[in-house]
Amino acid sequence: MSHDPSSDGGRTHPHLLAHSPLDNVAVAVVEGLSAGTAAFGVITENNSTFEVAVRHDIPIGHKVALTDLKAGDTAVKYGQDIGKVIQPVAKGEHVHVHNVKTKRW
Amino acid sequence: MSATPSMLPHEIASPFVGGAPDQLATKALPPGRASADYRNATFTGWRRENGRVGVRNHVVLLPLDDLSNAACEAVANLVKGTMALPHAYGRLQFGEDLELHFRTLIGIGSNPNVAAVVVIGIEDQWTNRVVEGIAKTGKPVVGFGIEGHGDIATIARASYQAKRFVQWATELPREVCPIADLWVSTKCGESDTTTGLSSCPTVGNLYDKLIPLGIYGVFGETSEITGAEHLCRERAASPDIADKWYAMWKAYQDEVIEAHKTDDLSDSQPTKGNIAGGLTTIEEKALGNLEKIGHDCRYIDALKPAEAPARGPGLYFMDTSSAAAECVTLMAAAGYVVHTFPTGQGNVIGNPIVPVIKISGNPRTVRTMGEHIDVDVSGVLTREMTISQAGDALIDMVVRTANGRLTAAEALGHREFVMTKLYRSA
Repeated sequence: MSHDPSSDGGRTHPHLLAHSPLDNVAVAVVEGLSAGTAAFGVITENNSTFEVAVRHDIPIGHKVALTDLKAGDTAVKYGQDIGKVIQPVAKGEHVHVHNVKTKRW
Repeated sequence: MSATPSMLPHEIASPFVGGAPDQLATKALPPGRASADYRNATFTGWRRENGRVGVRNHVVLLPLDDLSNAACEAVANLVKGTMALPHAYGRLQFGEDLELHFRTLIGIGSNPNVAAVVVIGIEDQWTNRVVEGIAKTGKPVVGFGIEGHGDIATIARASYQAKRFVQWATELPREVCPIADLWVSTKCGESDTTTGLSSCPTVGNLYDKLIPLGIYGVFGETSEITGAEHLCRERAASPDIADKWYAMWKAYQDEVIEAHKTDDLSDSQPTKGNIAGGLTTIEEKALGNLEKIGHDCRYIDALKPAEAPARGPGLYFMDTSSAAAECVTLMAAAGYVVHTFPTGQGNVIGNPIVPVIKISGNPRTVRTMGEHIDVDVSGVLTREMTISQAGDALIDMVVRTANGRLTAAEALGHREFVMTKLYRSA
């Protein structure tokens, strides 16, 4: 079993936070989130929880896909459009500048 | 016999651990917190001649132009307790760019954190324009032109005056003031995804709590609203102000961004630091940025850069660059006396006359750059701290800062004073 960076004396902190139930990405909020972790997440808007198997090592602050995304899809965070998907992304994979781009400039 | 040296209460074991001394205080929730009864909270400040209240008592050597920096710095070196504000501009500017230059200098001199001002310029006429602008506040201000005298005689004349001012200012009493007398600005920097989750909504919570009590607030960063402009427009107090704001945002888009952009905005929006911190697009950055204005506040006017708010207490928008030092300088020039600065990856900015309070929720930044952080809200990410508790911790730090606690930026000597320039000089 892999080391759980969010475990703190029996109290479980979330690995991931999403803002809105509409979001298809969530943010890693612990350091050292590694591929293979069954990550525990919380949606801050309504305190509901979710789980996603993380498929890449994710630096703190970076995003994970909560669903499979295909090129042309819209990445959603805060329940809002944050850009277009330019490469296919599978659920649990790292979402960043290599697969999502602004629609602005 | 060797005595064991006693430790200060928050002394840190190693000089190289970063460490955020106030982490203890903000997490331990000490008794007597201002936030426990924030509606009736008070601070001690200096009430100036025009009724505004300052939380610092600076005597400033203000150069009209780049040429006068040397004389100002010489006086500040000679007369202890004074401070020079060197900057890069002031010659051959014209039109709106020149107006902004004067508005910024006069605004900085007029800020209630400044007790008295000595202005030095290369020649008398523009120097006097700054002096007369500051004099409208009723505070002591004099000006000196260098031409016809030279640096050395000017430094001597200005030093006599600066010494009188500093001895006068250091005897001014502080008085107890309601929290409503505070003007609190905000701008974030080196943002990452943790700012949108924790430190920006912490500022938003402060505004939601304190704006109804009658404080003045301001946010800006015009280019960083892009991606959330539809939401920002809805936060105006009236359709007129919404239109005024939108025209400002659109002008920045059309005249600055579109006119000069490269396909990726040269890695400036988001910045390299933003991207390292996990922010992917300007839209994502903007949505986090806008968390700073909370949920309930409506902005009651959209100000030009460095324009003083004139519609009474409330939240304002100011048309500014998103570069930290430029933006904070413009807000200081508009009269704001305390700045709240959320950071994710660790921006170290300060301002010479306005204390800049750093708030971070990124546990790695708090650990590795803790000496720059005043309020640690990383508990928001672990769900051990609510946004309201984080807002309370910030209110406590704002009041402690107003009462005289030096911010991390002040203690570390960060005095970034940067004039905004609209276009090339003549």
